Amino acid sequence: MGDLATYAFTGIGLVFFAAGSAGLLRFPDVFSRLHALTKADNLGLGFIALGTSFQAGSWRDVALLALIWGLMLLAAATVSQLIARDALRERDGE
Amino acid sequence: MTLALDATLCGLIVAVALATVLGRGVFRAIVFFIVYGLLLSVAWVRLGAVDVALAEAAIGAGLTGVLFLAAVGKLARTGAEAEPAPGRPHLPAALACAGLTGALAWAWFALPEPERPGSDLAAALPRAGVENPVTAVLLNFRAWDTLLESIVLLAALVGLWLLARDEDWHDRLGLPQHVRPGGVMESFGRLLPPVGVLVGIYLVYIGADRPGGAFQGGTVLAAVGLVAALAGLIRTPRVTGHLWRAAMVVGPLVFLAAGVAGAALGAGFLTLPEPIAGGAIFAIEIALASSIAVTLAFLVIGPPERGHRR
Amino acid sequence: MTAWLSFVAVGVLASLGAALLRVWRGPGRADRMMGAQLAGTSGVAVLMLLAPVEGWAALDVALTLSLFGALAAVGFVKAVSADGGGDPEEDDEGIVEPPPAGGASDG
Repeated sequence: MGDLATYAFTGIGLVFFAAGSAGLLRFPDVFSRLHALTKADNLGLGFIALGTSFQAGSWRDVALLALIWGLMLLAAATVSQLIARDALRERDGE
Repeated sequence: MTLALDATLCGLIVAVALATVLGRGVFRAIVFFIVYGLLLSVAWVRLGAVDVALAEAAIGAGLTGVLFLAAVGKLARTGAEAEPAPGRPHLPAALACAGLTGALAWAWFALPEPERPGSDLAAALPRAGVENPVTAVLLNFRAWDTLLESIVLLAALVGLWLLARDEDWHDRLGLPQHVRPGGVMESFGRLLPPVGVLVGIYLVYIGADRPGGAFQGGTVLAAVGLVAALAGLIRTPRVTGHLWRAAMVVGPLVFLAAGVAGAALGAGFLTLPEPIAGGAIFAIEIALASSIAVTLAFLVIGPPERGHRR
Repeated sequence: MTAWLSFVAVGVLASLGAALLRVWRGPGRADRMMGAQLAGTSGVAVLMLLAPVEGWAALDVALTLSLFGALAAVGFVKAVSADGGGDPEEDDEGIVEPPPAGGASDG
């Protein structure tokens, strides 16, 4: 049962990572690429954390997985704001 | 499938390394360098060297990237030529790099085949005072290397501070930082440090039994201080601050004191006798972590300079 | 299970490799920085996938990476600000809305 959940969730996570990369490569401008990157990749990371947690031997490792995902979400939220603002300025400056 | 994983990882590392060196443009090279550090730390985990992976993640992918970005920003602001002229490779630099690569390759092949440290280390480990073999080697069996490394770090910071101009000497370190009150960067600077301090202390603490230790934990603590400083939440100290100077030297000092204690107890300089080894290593780790955190953060922040005076 | 986790890890690494094309091409600084960000997220994902195989200490490395996740971007926006210590959110008034059709064609 646990193994089945791991297969399913990590597989879904991989799809989101592929989608994020496709968006980063194919979307036409910097702001839409930012959407692809921060949303798809961090959703994918959440699924991979969820899938991996079914293999964890202790609740400590599950908590650690959750903490890591939380920190990555915080980082992504901050980074996308800051990069978007900078891209706006770079565009307006030129 | 694990073979495919290793092959993919190796291919990516080589490709990213080539992209760093061959690509034109300093900014692109820096971004590739950050990615390179990241991939290396994954590779170290795959090789089972979690201690090295932690250091690479913190220093290679983390602080060094920020240092380079700050440097390229400064070059742009001072109007210096950051980009080499297109189409002309710098011949002396290329020759020097090729020479260094050749010398390293020769040294690699001239060295005897490395032996696995298995049996000797396993026999000596019970006397080390810690359970993590890497910590045992770094702080007990080969303490000389670690002591000198911590002093090198200090020397690097002194060298950096020598770049400060006389009239700036009494100013605060680095550039004045300002952010929009209540903005994204300020909120990030408030949210990250509590978790970061906890993780930093955790990494120092577990170093005795599991991968971790003073360098890894100290680097995380340095990053936390850096985030708080960049977000404008704390003001950077001055070169003349006595408390900060004390924090910079406490690591090497405690290390030396432990070494002298070893000599006084008859075991020899920097050899920790078994009864005190555990406690001594713990004390050295805590002191070293403080020094490394302060020194690395100061290295990234840079010498004192007044921003409004270009 | 090891084979499957390795397979997913290879997939994540492949998507990372594809995204590196964006770092190579740019064209803007922001595009390249996004590539670094994606590499960070992918690296953490690979470490999570390696944890059941290589030992759960791999999560400590992922935790360290996640703490440094935003540091490069914060350092980046600081470095490119006018005086080296600014915040791109500060000069909101100076940002004009893009024209409806133009503007968004730097790709």
